[in-house]
This record gives sequence, C-alpha cells and structure tokens, in this order.
Amino acid sequence: MNRPWLLWIPLAVVAFIGGLAIYGLAVPKDDQVHSAMIGKKLPAFALPAATAGVPALSNTDMADGKPRLLNIFASWCLPCKAEAPHLETLKAAGVEIDAIAVRDKPEDVAAFLAEFGNPFRRIGSDSEMAVQLMLGSSGVPETYVIGGDGTILFQHIGDIRAEHVPMLIEKVNAAK
Amino acid sequence: MRAFAPILLALSVPVFAQGSGPTPPLANRQLADPAQEAQAMRLMHSLRCIQCQGQSIADSDAAMAGTMRAEVRQQIAAGQKPQAIRSWMIDRYGEWVSFEPDMKGVGLLLWVAPFFIFVASIWLARGLFRRRT
Repeated sequence: MNRPWLLWIPLAVVAFIGGLAIYGLAVPKDDQVHSAMIGKKLPAFALPAATAGVPALSNTDMADGKPRLLNIFASWCLPCKAEAPHLETLKAAGVEIDAIAVRDKPEDVAAFLAEFGNPFRRIGSDSEMAVQLMLGSSGVPETYVIGGDGTILFQHIGDIRAEHVPMLIEKVNAAK
Repeated sequence: MRAFAPILLALSVPVFAQGSGPTPPLANRQLADPAQEAQAMRLMHSLRCIQCQGQSIADSDAAMAGTMRAEVRQQIAAGQKPQAIRSWMIDRYGEWVSFEPDMKGVGLLLWVAPFFIFVASIWLARGLFRRRT
C-alpha cells in the first residue's frame, strides 16, 4: 500500500457514525410537534358554541386588545381533567381564558364543566379539528398565549401543571 | 401506586385520544376527478400524521390525519398546486410534517450526501481495480 493513510478512512467513518449515536443518546428526545404559527396572527375562524350557556368563539373575539390564554381541550381527554384546577388558579390570578373543545358533544362539555368548573370566557366547538389544523396544534391539551392584537405568542404543549402556572401568568402579563 | 400514576396516565391517553366528532367528508371520500385524486394521494403519502407521527396521513386512521386528508383534497379540488399545499402544512407544523425534506439547510445535506459518498467510493475502488489489470 503506497498510501497507508487511506486505511484510516474506514475508522474515521465508523468513529463519525459512533459519535452521532452517542450524540443522539445524550440529547434529550423531543417528541412534540411545535406549532410554526408562533409570532403570526390567529387564522380566521368562527366556531359555534360548544355547549349552551357559554358564548361561541371566533378569532376576532381574541383581538380585543387584551392578552389571554387559548386552551385547547376535550371532555374525553384525561390530562385535560388534570389541568382543570390549574386553569382555575390562572383565572383567579386574573388571566382571561378562551377555549376550543375538540371533537366534543355539547352534553359532554356541559358535564365536564359541571364536574371541573368553568374557567373559560368563551368555548368554541372544533368538531372536525379544522381550527386545530390551522393553529398548527397537534393534540389536546394545548395552551396558547394570544396577544391583545390576536397574535399567537406562545404554545404550551400538554397539560398545565402547577409549575407552569407562574410562567403562563408572566407571559400573559408581558404581553400587556 | 401513586408513583405509577403518571405512567398510567401517559399510557391511557392514546386509547381515549380520539373523542367523537364528525369526520370531514373528504377525509375518506375520493375526489371525482381521478387525476386530481392521484395528485392528492401522492401528496398525502408524503405528509406526516401529526397524531401518530411515524405514519403518513394516507396510511393513518387518526382523526387528525382525516382532517389533514380533507384539507389536502379540498385544496387540490380548488386547483391548488401540491407544492403549495405542502408549504401550507409546513407553515403550520414546520419541516417536520413533510416526508420529503426541502433542498436547503440540513435537508440539502441529505440530498447531496449520496452523491459525495458515490464519488468517494469510486475514488477508493479505483486503486483496487488498477492493481488487478
């Protein structure tokens, strides 16, 4: 072999692949699909009321100059039940919350609210998940921070736990 | 038992994570025009389902995949180009939603790497063939 350094190439390739594997193990895996709509205006939508007694929700309802949370939930979703008390805490802290109920029935939403309380100003019914698709939302529950001009500022994926409450209050206040 | 509660909770989600709502008509109904349907089908096979992640929206039975199929068929029926619909999805979910990475950034590396590996292997093999003759 007149070029002995060539022998090192396979080793270098194997070391590179091994390095990738170790990097892949070391970096925590992120399975969540984040919305690419952050920083953009809410898409135009007008959802019917999800249940009797709570007003319906359209995008213009959330562009009234006041920042708020938009909670995507469903009566059939277990983590949504787990986060219900924390939404109450947020409401008690003066945060206004609108909601979208996904693939839900009016009577099921009513039962959910009766059991866990209603922290929501308005609830729109997204029976075909069409608005979820427009928002770049990948599941329930999710919570968005919406600016007073209707801009999507932040997306929280998964249920709100006690440790997320101060952060969300902070984000809503920062948008004022 | 208490320690297992979060695990049980996590496991239980997919079972209930559908709810009951109407499926948009175009989720499971083909377009009348076979050429448009073929175009829509090709696109649906290259878009990733948000709910079940590994599957394309054409293969998935998830509710969200149905909504995405209906969106694709509606836009195709309205005369929209498949590439524009792919961009529409990427605008909402990021590059992740597409099974065909764009030829830019890290995606570009995926496209050109096979070419470089091919050239490098020919160059490596060259010496071997020369010695035999």
